[in-house]
Amino acid sequence: MSKQIISTNFDKADAHKLEVYEKLGGYRSLEKVFKMKPEEIIDHVKKSGLRGRGGAGFSAGMKWGFVPKSIDKPKYLCVNADEGEPGTFKDRKILQLDPHSMIEGIITCSYAVGIHTTYIYIRGEYTKPRIRTQAAIDEAYAKGYLGRNILGSGFDLDVIVHRGAGAYICGEETGLIESLEGKKGEPRAKPPYPAVIGVFGCPTVVNNVETLSALPFIMNEGWEAYARLGTEKSTGTMLFSISGSVERPGVYEGEFGVNLWDFIERSTGGVRGGRKLKAVIPGGSSAAILTAEEAGSTNLDYESLAAAGSMVGSGAIMVLGEDDCVVKALRVIARFYAHESCGQCPQCREGTYFISELAERLESGHGDQSDIEKILDTCPMMMGVTVCVLADSIAIPARSYIEKFRHEFDEHVKQKRCPYDSARAPAVA
Amino acid sequence: MSEQVEERTGEPFAFNEETERKFQETLGKYPTKMAVLLPALWLAQEQNGYLTDAILEYVAERLELSPVHVYAVVEFYTMYHRTPPGRYHIQLCRTLSCTLCRMEGIERHLAAKHGLHPGEKTDDGMFSLELVECLGSCGTAPVMRVNDVYCENLTLEKVDKIIESCKAGTQLEEDPMQPH
Ligand SMILES: Cc1cc2nc3c(=O)[nH]c(=O)nc-3n(C[C@H](O)[C@H](O)[C@H](O)COP(=O)(O)O)c2cc1C
Ligand code: SF4
Ligand code: FES
Repeated sequence: MSKQIISTNFDKADAHKLEVYEKLGGYRSLEKVFKMKPEEIIDHVKKSGLRGRGGAGFSAGMKWGFVPKSIDKPKYLCVNADEGEPGTFKDRKILQLDPHSMIEGIITCSYAVGIHTTYIYIRGEYTKPRIRTQAAIDEAYAKGYLGRNILGSGFDLDVIVHRGAGAYICGEETGLIESLEGKKGEPRAKPPYPAVIGVFGCPTVVNNVETLSALPFIMNEGWEAYARLGTEKSTGTMLFSISGSVERPGVYEGEFGVNLWDFIERSTGGVRGGRKLKAVIPGGSSAAILTAEEAGSTNLDYESLAAAGSMVGSGAIMVLGEDDCVVKALRVIARFYAHESCGQCPQCREGTYFISELAERLESGHGDQSDIEKILDTCPMMMGVTVCVLADSIAIPARSYIEKFRHEFDEHVKQKRCPYDSARAPAVA
Repeated sequence: MSEQVEERTGEPFAFNEETERKFQETLGKYPTKMAVLLPALWLAQEQNGYLTDAILEYVAERLELSPVHVYAVVEFYTMYHRTPPGRYHIQLCRTLSCTLCRMEGIERHLAAKHGLHPGEKTDDGMFSLELVECLGSCGTAPVMRVNDVYCENLTLEKVDKIIESCKAGTQLEEDPMQPH
């Protein structure tokens, strides 16, 4: 199997406990961290090439660098553990199986940016991960890794777990910030970016759980060791959540730059039941779909997937087999975005609803050709015009599903029913 | 147009001693009172099971917020209950990976065999069912959450066992999380 950095502890018994984590080499990076100057750490992380694993793939070191150095306000780190992008389930693993690696990363980031308070925003449904995370924080305080004068460094840090309450949009960084402030999670117009004005009107770094969990390796082994992995612009490894019609769904860590389908097949054993591959959605439900052929000829890294018209996103790979229905897939994700739109932008509120209705009609066999055209006409009106990119997140996949699988949409219209209708099959494990 | 006045719900409410202690602890974790709203609502819901108007107004007062703000916030999030859910509140995931793993079969089974329908509560108050979006457990689809517990890799037989356990009052356990 390929290089493991973030998931090395997943199969170690009780790695969520401090004692075990320490035995596995945990918290070792802090000694080095506290000997470095904050700017040196930011530089180090920049050079590693580490990019955000929450979806946008922005350079972590650069983001930290945007936070004003001298400012008479507190600064905050918000850890994004809202994990709501359909198909994504890797942060749950980190929180539950290896929470200390994230805490170690939090300490590094906070020290580098001059942050003394971190909030971990965990989605409301994640009860067990939240309990594990809180227990890990308590242990870290007791052992002097958190609190006042950490390991005699003179650096103070408090880490607070904040529970979400069910809203996908709170995963968007400014929605998260609004929610943390005790409001509806309605995203803010940017700029200003959170690095300048974030939570409580103060400079704020928002990073995904996995992004932070990569830091102990980068600090221990050096940025060169990290940058050597993967490709030039997609360095290191990422946790890929692979689900859908595969034999062994799960979270698999992979080095960037490998062939996409090859990686999926090696990790999961390929399409369930030996069926043929139909399509791959590589980066969460916001990503454009790839045909089987494209999945076989595209590499798994930021640049290759962008060149193929899709994205790495949150690393959520969903696989469709030959008898899975693309129209149904569109119906299901369109309904998701319609349900999760916060409603402040009319193009998003109306557009998501409209596409969802049309897709539903098409899938049930009640649609006609004009419904397909209506979806295609709606998509461009939703792109690049809203406060956040949720609207784009349905427009992009919707268009790609139709463009690449037009015949399936046409068949639904012609046959006046779903030609696959796997809905009648019994549940399988 | 005639004005419709809805009746305000709920008995007079106050945090009990345990909740009050947690509330005080929470106040110290945030620089503003408003930021304590979501945690305070969780505490209230833990104590009472659901959030009545009286509770929302109590929380508003404790945090010096306008009741209008509190109502709007509660409305925005899906996990705050404004009416009592069943003793076992089931959230069945309906998003893509679960659909690809035939969650419809589970949904139909819950209806046909157990009389559980989305958006409804059983007459005896034991179960309520809600279809929800991705629960972040797509690798073990189909998935449902019963109160706080994730029930994964669902099959019809597994669903039957879970329902029986609930009826018998035994504590549900999550399957151990796999490394992958
Ligand atoms: C609609 C929407 C939902 C998002 N949901 C999440 C999420 O659940 N978790 C996450 O880490 N990032 C999510 N993001 C990305 C965040 O806005 C942000 O880019 C990220 O948390 C930054 O951290 P990173 O740079 O470490 O990736 C979402 C973005 C959008 C537009
Ligand atoms: S694009 Fe949609 S989700 Fe994003 S802010 Fe506008 S209405 Fe809300
Ligand atoms: S799609 Fe059901 S848990 Fe993600």
